[in-house]
Amino acid sequence: MPHPTIQSLARARWRIALILTALMVVLYFGFILLIAYDKPLLAHQVVPGLSVGILLGALVIVTSWLLTWIYMRWANRHYDPALKQLKGEPRL
Amino acid sequence: MPVLPSDLQATTTSLGHANPVAIACFFVFIAVTLGITWWAARRTRTTEEFYAAGRTIKAGQNGLALAGDYMSAASFLGIAGLVSTSGFDGLIYSTGWLVGWPVVLFLIAEPLRNLGKYTFADVVALNRRPGPVRVAAALGTLSTVVFYLIAQMVGAGGLIKLMFGLSYETAIVLVGIAMIAYVLFGGMLATTWVQIVKAVLLLAGAFVLAVLVLARFGMNPVNLFRAAAAQYGDKVLAPGGLVSKPLDTISLGMALMFGTAGLPHILMRFYTVPDAATARRSVFYATGLIGGFYLLTFILGFGAMVLVGPAAITAIDKGGNMAAPLLAELLGGTPFLGFIAAVAFATILAVVAGLTLSGAAAISHDLWVNVVRKGTANQGEQLRVARVATLFLGAVAVTLGITFKGQNVAFMVSLAFAIAASANFPALILSIFWRRTTGAGAVASMLTGTVVTLVLIYLSPTVQVDILKHEHAVFPLKNPAIITIPLSFLAGILVSLLSGQHASSDERLRRTEEQMVSGH
Repeated sequence: MPHPTIQSLARARWRIALILTALMVVLYFGFILLIAYDKPLLAHQVVPGLSVGILLGALVIVTSWLLTWIYMRWANRHYDPALKQLKGEPRL
Repeated sequence: MPVLPSDLQATTTSLGHANPVAIACFFVFIAVTLGITWWAARRTRTTEEFYAAGRTIKAGQNGLALAGDYMSAASFLGIAGLVSTSGFDGLIYSTGWLVGWPVVLFLIAEPLRNLGKYTFADVVALNRRPGPVRVAAALGTLSTVVFYLIAQMVGAGGLIKLMFGLSYETAIVLVGIAMIAYVLFGGMLATTWVQIVKAVLLLAGAFVLAVLVLARFGMNPVNLFRAAAAQYGDKVLAPGGLVSKPLDTISLGMALMFGTAGLPHILMRFYTVPDAATARRSVFYATGLIGGFYLLTFILGFGAMVLVGPAAITAIDKGGNMAAPLLAELLGGTPFLGFIAAVAFATILAVVAGLTLSGAAAISHDLWVNVVRKGTANQGEQLRVARVATLFLGAVAVTLGITFKGQNVAFMVSLAFAIAASANFPALILSIFWRRTTGAGAVASMLTGTVVTLVLIYLSPTVQVDILKHEHAVFPLKNPAIITIPLSFLAGILVSLLSGQHASSDERLRRTEEQMVSGH
């Protein structure tokens, strides 16, 4: 039966996907909550001209992209080859 | 409000007058896109070609097309304008518009590609009562599409009037005709390439403009921010009045984050690629392009604040929408203004074309073929219905665009996102993740999401206070997503449990789960 393998592969993908989604939610809503409840922190300037708020905002954008890169890299390296192997089996 | 006397505008900007470069760029764009449409029309003979470009689009191309579908004039002109007048607060929007994309990648893109054919309803209806599910999904799709279209059309009319000096009605009709031509003759293939051309133009325009700005500040954004703080105070670098009610902002954030994953014209793009791995790569590219674009608009906004000045910007357009065009004129003269104006026009055209195609797919593929004809319609009939639906939606868009002339329709974009997040997203997630979701449950989730969102938006301050000029609003939040998303999930889960046994056999469910992974 090839099914347990395809199911475990699906479970592995969902685990990674859900962890990364949770990270994304924490990152973005953390930023929003800081804006709502700690304006002085975000107004603080790290160097003159660069406030913590601007830095974090840009970081949220860059990190979002990094998370998609992490997922894609995992999927290309582990998920796709495993799937290919499964499909390659004569029974599927 | 305006610090400059208003007659000074005539001497400082050529906005609102016929600009030869703008008109030339605009005609080149129309000629190129109609050429693409003519080329695509000869390759669009089957429904798979009409709705899904024959599933031949490559990852990089689809990444650009996704970005093109998503980066509307509102995000280019609106965010730059918001930053130019209020500084940091504009960044809250930039981040919000981006953070939905990773969610699309992690949760939606691959299962959608593996399970569906042309619309997201294909996935929700799989193994469930197809009739009612498709009707409810079409309702969610069409509500999202129509509100989004109204906002785009009204914005288009106003912008084109301001930038080309055309009348509002002429502008709307022009947009309508070009958009119908792309979709009607060229289907998804033409629409995809129009998005790609537009995305490249928009990114190039924003990039060049940002470089021109930074060149004045030693190529260092921090110098630019420092100059802004020196002129307008440190407050422009810090959160201001935009987030006075945290709950409102969180609710808007939820609508943006989960609404992106429920936008029918975005979801439809995942069917244009050959497989799930390509869909995955295309979201990675799209996220990078869109994120980079929002970082650029932030530079443009601060550039406009320092170099043009908020007073001069709001003197021309109260909403601040002309910040980027004015900046272009200041840095690159009238020809560059013309180029940016034509890019803004191309942006609107491409977005309405994508919306219309996804609406036409809901009418023809979901409602006509699968509900009315119960899947018995042949290719020729399916294509005819899809084209009639395109004409119909195009006419609706032009009519509504003219009807809502001069109205405040900015809230309709957030309405579209709220419906997408509350009606389409929960049903899609439930049907992908929870095998006990029944047809009745999916319908309950989609109807609850659509209806409650519409009612709460009507009762919200946006409509009651801003538009109807009442003293108070019954519902305190401007965006209802924080209520409607959980409610829609709850309705879907409760009704699924109450409607009892799953209609499908375990064997079929197991096959579906395999298909979600392997694609067949």
